[in-house]
Amino acid sequence: MIRIGIDVGGTNTDAVVMDGRDIRAVVKVPTSADVTAGLMAALSEVLASAAIAPTDVGLVVIGTTHFTNAVIERRHLSPTAVVRLCLPAGQCLPPMVDWPADLHEAVGNHVYLTTGGAEFDGSPISPLDLPDLQRIGQDIRHKGLGAIAISGIFSPVRDEFEREAAAILRDAVPGATITVSSAMGQLGLMERESATILNSSLHALARRTVASLREGVARCGLTCPVFLSQNDGTLLDAEAARQFPVLTFASGPTNSMRGAAFLSGLQEAIVVDIGGTTTDIGLLSKGFPRQATTTVEVGGVRTNFRMPDVFSIGLGGGSVVTDRGTRTDVGPVSVGYRLTGEALVFGGRTLTATDIAVAAGWADIGDAACVRGLDRGLVERCGNVIAQRLADAVDRCRLSPEPIPVVAVGGGSILMPERLAGLEVRRPAHFAAANAIGAAIAQVSGEVDRICSLEAMTREAALAEAEAGARDKAIAAGALPDSIVVTEREDVPLAYLRGNATRVRVKVVGDRVF
Amino acid sequence: MRDLNEADIEALAIGAAILGTGGGGSPYIAKLRCQQALRRGERIRLIALEELDDDSLVMTLGGIGAPTVSIEKLAEGGEGLRALRAQEAFAGRQVTALMSSEIGGGNALEPMITAAAADLPVVDADGCGRAFPEMQMTTTSIYGHHSTPAALADEHGNVVLFQKAVSEVWYERLARSCVVTMGGSATGAEAPMSGRHAKRAAVPATVSQAINIGRLVLRANREHVSAIPLICAEEAGVHLIDAKIVDLKRHLRGGFAVGEIALEGIGAHAGSRASVVFQNEFLTFERDGTVEVCVPDLIVILDVDTGHAISTDLLRYGQRVAILALPCHDLLRTPEALAVVGPRAFGLEGTEFRPLPPRPVPVQSLSILPEESP
Repeated sequence: MIRIGIDVGGTNTDAVVMDGRDIRAVVKVPTSADVTAGLMAALSEVLASAAIAPTDVGLVVIGTTHFTNAVIERRHLSPTAVVRLCLPAGQCLPPMVDWPADLHEAVGNHVYLTTGGAEFDGSPISPLDLPDLQRIGQDIRHKGLGAIAISGIFSPVRDEFEREAAAILRDAVPGATITVSSAMGQLGLMERESATILNSSLHALARRTVASLREGVARCGLTCPVFLSQNDGTLLDAEAARQFPVLTFASGPTNSMRGAAFLSGLQEAIVVDIGGTTTDIGLLSKGFPRQATTTVEVGGVRTNFRMPDVFSIGLGGGSVVTDRGTRTDVGPVSVGYRLTGEALVFGGRTLTATDIAVAAGWADIGDAACVRGLDRGLVERCGNVIAQRLADAVDRCRLSPEPIPVVAVGGGSILMPERLAGLEVRRPAHFAAANAIGAAIAQVSGEVDRICSLEAMTREAALAEAEAGARDKAIAAGALPDSIVVTEREDVPLAYLRGNATRVRVKVVGDRVF
Repeated sequence: MRDLNEADIEALAIGAAILGTGGGGSPYIAKLRCQQALRRGERIRLIALEELDDDSLVMTLGGIGAPTVSIEKLAEGGEGLRALRAQEAFAGRQVTALMSSEIGGGNALEPMITAAAADLPVVDADGCGRAFPEMQMTTTSIYGHHSTPAALADEHGNVVLFQKAVSEVWYERLARSCVVTMGGSATGAEAPMSGRHAKRAAVPATVSQAINIGRLVLRANREHVSAIPLICAEEAGVHLIDAKIVDLKRHLRGGFAVGEIALEGIGAHAGSRASVVFQNEFLTFERDGTVEVCVPDLIVILDVDTGHAISTDLLRYGQRVAILALPCHDLLRTPEALAVVGPRAFGLEGTEFRPLPPRPVPVQSLSILPEESP
């Protein structure tokens, strides 16, 4: 099946056409403020380049940093009502108490604490106060808020309170979009609640963006399904992306690492993705990005998403060189998307890392004559600084002294030396489009989340049954049976229910049949 | 007496996590609550042990229960105040000041929340000078004070008073089962002690000590230098090793569930291997077959880049860490104390406590470093 992977970045949009494992075409166009127009430009160019008809395409997968950037830049966020089901517990710290002030202001301070929520064993803290929820609904409606986040204590153990409250508020506030925290994951009330609020506040943007993306695809004459790629590298259908935009937060690093694994054919490697302003470094283990174990901050807010363990340094193709006598530095300040206007090799006046790469003979970009006059000593010092910063970053990722290959991807990977800290460096073909390729090869998942009684069966049998169910779902969604692996497996005993009830959740992912 | 501000609380949370030696629970939620109290206009006042009258009443107060519950079921807010009032009603006397039973981790800050609400001062001292896993492992208890009568309060308004437990271990057992019924987390206030006993048995100036450690970490972060030499200089500490975690395993040893971290030196320590054994806290540091440091001296594991503490639940394979040893207070080094908090109390048979050289100058009460570097 022919499929297209697109990475809509802050600066550039990359698109690839793939047929099975073959890469048929790769293009890069500048990202435009108009989502539909930018997508159409990339799509029509890549279709022309691959010389295929729109109707030949079986699948489009889009990776976008749109929603992460909205949070980071505090733009396009809707005012959101927050309803916490907790009383009498949970009063000591209000929702969003640890948010940066400007983000809190963007979302507003529409906070309601009411009864409900569960103890650790699922028994109720207090029953839902239906008249109070009605009153809250009226107030939200009166304020004209269209986004609601509901969080309940221990809702990952028992979510009935959140679902019941959502039903009442859905009636009381017609047209409002509602996110419940049990859909957002694990224990840790403040982190889960913050993720839920961010999700609700992104709803309106998600609705517009997903509609624009679908429109762009349709107007290019494509009739195939459109997916977004999510944090764990699997497909998120457009409807789910509209409901859960936060699930795309980490798709950028995930796609670039999975693309690097595909391009290099390596399962174990350190991936260095060098962009214009920053470099992301992460570890690939069994072909997947290693996951972070601690809280992950998004735009200054602590969340508990499962995200790749990636760290960034301020070094990229646009990094500005500073040279003050004894101290030469490259970055963290960058000319960013203005590289093609400001770098010396493009006729500009700013000495950047790209100019050093050209002067040192690592790359042939722009007009090399513009950097011929640079002081050789300076070029060498800058080259050493770049190599040292990359070597330190890569060393931080190593788990053992055994040699591990380094895969350099991203447009700025011309900065990467041939060898780094004694490690072999690979720069696979199409390295600049690793993100789009990662989107194109997105996997499919299958998940089973249900409550079973452990009176008639063992815990192991319940988990095995759930895993079999999840595998069947993944295969039905197009996964190759041999490629399926379990990515999440948990069982939570629900002491409040009779019959030794346990919530069992298993998620599997697999490669698609192409 | 001196007032603490939001920046002091920020530093205290960092220092308390470091003195937690891997345990004690995260101070994050308690820190936010203290900062909220200050924003409401309440005061957090720190009083030196020396300022207490012999006949004053000092009460320890803190959170009890499972950390996984306390990050999910946030408190109502008045639990500590209800426990305090229950104690005062039972004693027929007013409490003069509150104190932390352990400076390591979240309970360094818990008494401050209630003290601010009740407008009482908090004593610049605690019962451990670090963190320990069980209630009887405090200097105030080791030197003769009993935890009961004790009060436990939940978010609904229930207050349970344990008028008399026949031993500290019995109180621990009774309180634990009560906490489970209260939903896995509660606020507990132990029997008030006299100012005289606090002055004799509490580890002095540990709030100042924790704030100062936090200040050094923040200063180092601001100036992009390593916090490790600064902490060692301030605390008479030993920088044992910079290392990478190459293995992490949990197993049974002497009937206790313990974990063991295998380390491989990096940087100036490349080529050497070491290991750390932990239960709730880090217990021993071993290199080349020799235990170099053991409990009750403090073994501290910090992120090698940021200087912030890494607790046992956040340890993971591949982490780059700096390991420091800090001398514990002399109150933890007597034969009576070592019987309760020495290596044998943790099932480490055959490990002798060989104390680190003590700090030459004790920490002075209320001597808090300025916020900005001089």
